[in-house]
Amino acid sequence: MRWTEPLPRALHPMAWWLWALGLATAVSRTTNPLLIAVLLAVVGYVVVARRGAAPWARAFPAYLLLALSVVAIRVVFNAVLGSVDEGHVLLTLPRVGLPDWAKGVSLGGPVTAEEVLAAAYDGLRLGALICCVGAANALANPKRALRSLPPALYEIGSAVVVAMTFAPQMVESVLRVRRARRLRGAPGKGLRAVRAIAIPVLEDALSRSLLLAAAMDSRGYGRTLDVPRRVRRTTSALVLAGLLALCLGLYGLLDGTAPRLLGVTALGVGLALSALGLGIAGRRVRRSTYRPDPWRPAEWAVAMCGVTSAAIMVAVGSYDPLLLHPSLDPLQWPDLPVLPLVAVLIGLLPAWLAPRPEPLLRRTHAMAVAA
Amino acid sequence: MIRFEHVGVTYPEASFPVLRDIDLTLPEGELCLVLGRTGAGKSTLLGTINGLVPHFTGGTLSGRVLVDGRDTRTHPPRELADVVGVVGQDPLAGFVTDTVEEELAYGMEQLALPADVMRKRVEETLDLVGLADLRSRPLRDLSGGQQQRAAIGAVLTCHPRILVLDEPTSALDPTAAEEVLAAITRLVHDLGVTVVMAEHRLERVLQYADRVLFLPGDGTARSGLPVDMMTPDVPSPPVVQLGRLAGWHPLPLSVRDARRHAPALRERLGAKPQRATARPGPVRLRARDVTVRYGDVIAVRAVDLDLAGGQVCGLMGRNGAGKSSLLWSLQGAGRRTAGTVDVRGVDPAGQPAAAARALVGLVPQSAADLLYLETVAEELEQADRESGRPAGSASQLLDELLPALPRDVHPRDLSEGQRLALVLAIQLVAGPDVVLLDEPTRGLDYDAKSRLAGVLRDLAAKGHAVVVSTHDVEFVAASCDRVVVLADGEVVADGTTGEVVLSSPTFAPQVAKVLSPTPWLTVADVADALDLPRPA
Repeated sequence: MRWTEPLPRALHPMAWWLWALGLATAVSRTTNPLLIAVLLAVVGYVVVARRGAAPWARAFPAYLLLALSVVAIRVVFNAVLGSVDEGHVLLTLPRVGLPDWAKGVSLGGPVTAEEVLAAAYDGLRLGALICCVGAANALANPKRALRSLPPALYEIGSAVVVAMTFAPQMVESVLRVRRARRLRGAPGKGLRAVRAIAIPVLEDALSRSLLLAAAMDSRGYGRTLDVPRRVRRTTSALVLAGLLALCLGLYGLLDGTAPRLLGVTALGVGLALSALGLGIAGRRVRRSTYRPDPWRPAEWAVAMCGVTSAAIMVAVGSYDPLLLHPSLDPLQWPDLPVLPLVAVLIGLLPAWLAPRPEPLLRRTHAMAVAA
Repeated sequence: MIRFEHVGVTYPEASFPVLRDIDLTLPEGELCLVLGRTGAGKSTLLGTINGLVPHFTGGTLSGRVLVDGRDTRTHPPRELADVVGVVGQDPLAGFVTDTVEEELAYGMEQLALPADVMRKRVEETLDLVGLADLRSRPLRDLSGGQQQRAAIGAVLTCHPRILVLDEPTSALDPTAAEEVLAAITRLVHDLGVTVVMAEHRLERVLQYADRVLFLPGDGTARSGLPVDMMTPDVPSPPVVQLGRLAGWHPLPLSVRDARRHAPALRERLGAKPQRATARPGPVRLRARDVTVRYGDVIAVRAVDLDLAGGQVCGLMGRNGAGKSSLLWSLQGAGRRTAGTVDVRGVDPAGQPAAAARALVGLVPQSAADLLYLETVAEELEQADRESGRPAGSASQLLDELLPALPRDVHPRDLSEGQRLALVLAIQLVAGPDVVLLDEPTRGLDYDAKSRLAGVLRDLAAKGHAVVVSTHDVEFVAASCDRVVVLADGEVVADGTTGEVVLSSPTFAPQVAKVLSPTPWLTVADVADALDLPRPA
């Protein structure tokens, strides 16, 4: 049987998020600059290969820039404020004397290669984490991602969507009123203009939100089944506690120094509580989803790539931590260990496993026939 | 279908009810047109149909409204979403999602319809409102008419039996309004949807109405067949006024009805109309090569324009043809990429804001943007200070424009027409030679529009050069001496009102359509020729 390429479609946003979070977990385990560089290349390639034509898909370079500035800031701060004076001195900055109460902080002084490299490695790791999140944002439509939230969180999701459309309208409104200020002969700048601009803009925003609220109400938003207040409170408490435990657990897992048992338990408890709370809350909501994103083998494959990558790195990290953290004392050119490299390269597979994204403008039948 | 049983509505802090003792039935499958002046309670009446009044707006409802057998007292708007679809004046303000397809599906998602039903209905509705090609486009990128059709489509997917429309065409140019009205009439004829619509622009909609519901303003309501309801106290379109003037029976409601009687009237009127067109005075504003460009979009393309004092000039064209951009760049507050403007020998764009406004005054489309103080009096005092005039100047101007406007009210609580007069007074106090108004007729009823036409004529008579951009052809026919038509940023027609509007099928007023080929423009002209009193 001949292999045919799957039809272009948007992958389920959750699959991209699982993939990205998997890679983020993986990269959080290492400070090896070579591994991190490979991971950045992997993420970048997948984004370029599988992003759509929509505006949010072009956001990735902005995340890259943000990551670069994180590295730069970290290196500069460490060089200026760093207190390690021994090692390979690269250059010596003039030292600034600080008063007694600021003891322990040193400004200036010798800058060592060890200190700069440590800062760079750490910054690079943080930057790579940012890029993973950026990749998920570029690959998955953020609004569709919100739509795939469990029904109980639907309200939060629609609030975010409304806020996202409201923000540009506010900006438009401010520009319009500022321009109108000139018509009254007053400048559009300065403290006195603030009131003249703020009041029409706020009035505009208020009347707009009232109109929107009326429109949403008229269109059936908020049709719920009646639930006793006690049940509502219990579910809220369950969800809140669950989310707290989830955060705790994730932190425990991501931070290598925290006790492993705590992380795993908290994560488990958190998941169970949230699932329970969301399940009960979701039952009172009557709503359906238009063209829901399907979860097919391609979604499984992409998500599993991220999970596998993370699992291998976590395993390697607990088995032989030195493999993932190149030595700074003595200074060494970092190795590229094989198994972690494989783990990172698994993250590249979605570039082929995921179906191509749909083009923004669908060709009409007539155009296809003409071509 | 809709039953009002002794309905009354009183808003909190109001001394008298907006509606009182309304008792009538709107039958199924009819298009009911709601008429009334601004503030007569049209929006309130429409709001009671899906329970927005009083559930959302507050106030007290007495009596009851039954919609398809459901009592709105016990059913809030969301519980009526499957029976009543509501579309407002500004479609963009009611959009919840951001693409056409998602917006069409939103209501159905709230009703928890199964996915396959939703898919099918979205496709059907896209065809019904003619938006199939634009399904994945962002709603903000659509034209005004397309947005309004998307808003109608978005409520239609829930298969409501009643559609409530509050001034659906007031912001649209004539062609876009035709598109929307065609979609609405198709719903009434083919699907049997009951439509309740409020609209000020009667010349557009009266011919489609099966029933007219008139709110005289004292809280009561009268309803009946359109032809019976067109009594002199009810706002009526030019074609009805012409019929009344000429004594035609039955009264014509559409241009087509009226044309049957036209030959006799044309004979009576005889020769060509003598229209007193104001003679152009000295040129007040000379614009050369004005170009406005936003990135790749060229909004205004090398426009040359001379504005003479003593004349009212109408600026027409589709939504997005560059009318607003041109006005703003002439005033100097808006962007101008190239070209020069000359008023009293200087270019307003190079002047400080206060000096520019003494040369050219502009009333923007959203006039409320200029107002930020607590009362009308404070705004007027501030205007005197801003323009360095003696105290009371602005107040005196306002009295000339609109006598007896209370000074202690908040500007937000004024009606559309009152707010327009206030902003116009604020702009006039600086003493500009040129006065520009950007779409001032939006949301004005017949009375307010004829008052505005009078104000503009007076300004021109005092020697100002007045430019008014508008979609309202009847307003242009009644008030303008000259018309400039913009398309795609270029001037495509420029001449006296008669020359321009008579040669265009979209811009011709009703009287011209009825009496063509003789070039009559307004009922007032015809009345003058027949030596009859002009209709109020």
